[in-house]
Amino acid sequence: MFRILFLLFAGMGLGYLLRGRAVTRKTGQGVHVTICVLLFVFGSSIGSDASLMERFGSYGGQAVVIALLTTAGSLLAGVVAQRLIFGKGGRK
Amino acid sequence: MKGNLVVFVCFLAGIVFGAVGITPQWLHHPDLPVVLLSALILQVGVGLGADDSLRSMVRTLRPRMFLLPLFTIVGTLLFAALFALLPGCWTLPQCLALGSGFGYYSLSSVMIAHVGSASFGPELAAELATVALLANVVREMLSLFCLPLFARWCGSVAPISAAGINSMDVCLPGIVRCSPQSTYLVPLAIVHGLALEVCVPLLITLFCRV
Repeated sequence: MFRILFLLFAGMGLGYLLRGRAVTRKTGQGVHVTICVLLFVFGSSIGSDASLMERFGSYGGQAVVIALLTTAGSLLAGVVAQRLIFGKGGRK
Repeated sequence: MKGNLVVFVCFLAGIVFGAVGITPQWLHHPDLPVVLLSALILQVGVGLGADDSLRSMVRTLRPRMFLLPLFTIVGTLLFAALFALLPGCWTLPQCLALGSGFGYYSLSSVMIAHVGSASFGPELAAELATVALLANVVREMLSLFCLPLFARWCGSVAPISAAGINSMDVCLPGIVRCSPQSTYLVPLAIVHGLALEVCVPLLITLFCRV
């Protein structure tokens, strides 16, 4: 947790110092490429785990239902929070 | 949408390459995801720091932002409890433990496997941990790929709730991209992710010991 916070704030400091330079305008592309690589690595770790791949079939359905339910619940909570805390249109 | 498709194809390609066994061994090094995630966070930080609207973003940090994680926890757990109503599925505390990952698949599955083995037995805890891993991966994927849809249907705050713990890292660029004019969303997403990260181990321990 603290590593993530440290990196985030260190990056913000670095970005502030480098603002206006061309390199900072390419961070969007860099973020996209890094996410792609991260997901490829994660996917390969799942694919190479034979026992996990076998269990995908039996537990996959339950996992999808739980994921859909929890995502729906949090979306609803987000809508309620937006209305109660931040005002109907967003920020109060 | 094209960007999200590319991301999804990369994930699928990873699974196929891993299953076929043609990925190099160094790709499975346990430190590699940590290094990549660190690089991602650093780049997100650089992008935020270089943004001219950073000062106004910091000024938007408000105490009421800390209420959003509470809403997310309540909404998520209420809907996770519905899973216990399905016949032949898990008990209520087990369903609540499954929902308490908030997309944090690595920590939640490991914690359920360890803490749950004392309460449910090692075999059941391992099964529950596998479902937790998959469910939280699916939740992360749903958040990552459907952020624009969530923002269109439910407003700018709901995607942060749906992203769960990933609102502060993997989903942060998408959240910003969906509502670029709302500078308060970045501190809100970070506060939300941090608060949930603290709550995940606490909630899983609680529900695995009930």
